[in-house]
Amino acid sequence: MKQMTVISGKGGTGKTTVLASLAYLAQGEMVVADCDVDAPDLHLILKPKIKETHDFMGLQTAVIDESKCVQCGECEKNCRFDAIRDFHVDPRHCEGCKVCTLVCPEDAITMVDEVSGYAYVSHTRFGTMVHAELIPGEEASGKLVTLVRELAQKVAEREKKDLVLIDGSPGIGCPVIASITGIDLALIMTEPTLSGIHDLERIVGVAQHFGIKALVCINKYDLNPEAAQQIEKQCQEMGVDVAGKLPFEPGVVDAMVSEKTVVEMGGSVGKAIEDLWDEVKSNL
Amino acid sequence: MIISIASGKGGTGKTLVATNIAASIGEVELVDCDVEEPNSFLFFPDREMKESVDCTLPIPIIDDEKCTKCRICSDFCAYNALAVFPQQVLLFEGLCHGCGGCAIACPEDAITEGTRPIGKIYEAQAGNVGLIWGELNLGEAMATPLIREAKRRAKSDHILIDSPPGTACPVIEAVRDSDFCVLVTEPTPFGLYDLSIAVEVLKDMEIPCGVIVNRAGIGDKKVYSYCEEQKIPLLMEIPFSRKIAELYSKGIIFSREMPEWRDRFVELERKIEEMVR
Repeated sequence: MKQMTVISGKGGTGKTTVLASLAYLAQGEMVVADCDVDAPDLHLILKPKIKETHDFMGLQTAVIDESKCVQCGECEKNCRFDAIRDFHVDPRHCEGCKVCTLVCPEDAITMVDEVSGYAYVSHTRFGTMVHAELIPGEEASGKLVTLVRELAQKVAEREKKDLVLIDGSPGIGCPVIASITGIDLALIMTEPTLSGIHDLERIVGVAQHFGIKALVCINKYDLNPEAAQQIEKQCQEMGVDVAGKLPFEPGVVDAMVSEKTVVEMGGSVGKAIEDLWDEVKSNL
Repeated sequence: MIISIASGKGGTGKTLVATNIAASIGEVELVDCDVEEPNSFLFFPDREMKESVDCTLPIPIIDDEKCTKCRICSDFCAYNALAVFPQQVLLFEGLCHGCGGCAIACPEDAITEGTRPIGKIYEAQAGNVGLIWGELNLGEAMATPLIREAKRRAKSDHILIDSPPGTACPVIEAVRDSDFCVLVTEPTPFGLYDLSIAVEVLKDMEIPCGVIVNRAGIGDKKVYSYCEEQKIPLLMEIPFSRKIAELYSKGIIFSREMPEWRDRFVELERKIEEMVR
């Protein structure tokens, strides 16, 4: 089974738009997973019908029993996550380390399990989709990404599919690392802007740090052809291939508004994504 | 006053808005909390570097002679960062959150603490704008301690926070203690959906917010009706314009080339101050 994740460093460079089109092109042969769990958008195009729901248990949270608390302040002093203020735990900042339970002289603090989100296995018109919802403000998005990926692999085995297509999140931190660990190929989206160039260098560095093969796709390359050329040169120096270049086309947003993939809408971007898919397939 | 700029969806124009407000109002500290991909400093090419320091997390150091391999530390660790073998104790640095619990739990006083670098904090001055940004080391997973440290370094009473995208822990750390949060979105289904999650997070944190619609004119109108229904003030619209996109792509703060926008960003900040009061 092969796994490919679309990532980007910089946000808003077209990860979900491209991944939805790749799911269309590979329909019937793959399982698709949305690992951008704190800002998931793929469901807006693929319109999944939920078949299974799994609870996601995130980090434990400390709770102070006010009747036992003598307000000595030891918990607040020892909490390194600034999660305790005025003898109350802010669950948004508690990382579940339990240090407060250790230092409390009155045994007034206990740890509680909480449902932090849900993972879903769903039916879509292109095949099975695994996706998730993080309860707003909850932590441990990396752990939820791992759960989504585990479910997607199980489903792919069960359905005898050889490919898992994964939509990643922007950035280079915990959820991104969780979405690329052990994959076969990372498709990195970028755009010809100063920010895009800066962020591309860092995300390629992360892929190489983990020994993951990467391909680059330049979105809206014709908005600044000079910068696009600079990206191609930069890719050459970093030893990664540019697998596709997508032109700027206002119709891409229309596809999103009408809940369709760009390839289904036709047009020059759709054609360029088909070429990109051929290139990606030959690298898988 | 602390104003943060966040979005839910990535690439909607957080940095565009944050750098334009900072350059327009001046006498402000701009803290880039998108430590995974910090970009705001790129828009201030005239910046003069003031400082760069390592940001570190505490890690346990185990004294093998004192250690009796009792496993109390590894049983206590909530992150499975310690493994006790008959001959030694192994630390998986990348999993350690630096909570210090193992050192407290150890009955033999065999654990002291050292540090490991997770990134860097930079400080620079560009005219009358102070710049602070964090940069997470490549391959490092934990962004929140670096965000905490970057914010701690801002000392003035006029602070702008450029938040990372998303709605999870890095965003919560970035917008924490803000007096107001500006949510930048685009008028598309993706923009609206992620905006609605961000609004829920801010409501939960009791931080007042307003919306800026960037690339106005593309997509549909649903984001406007959403703001109306939710009674969220629409602070500004930035039209979809090739000129603005081109200036941004070159790393130029567009209000510097289009002075009428400078007045609009000054007015925006004044409006926010009024709402906070």
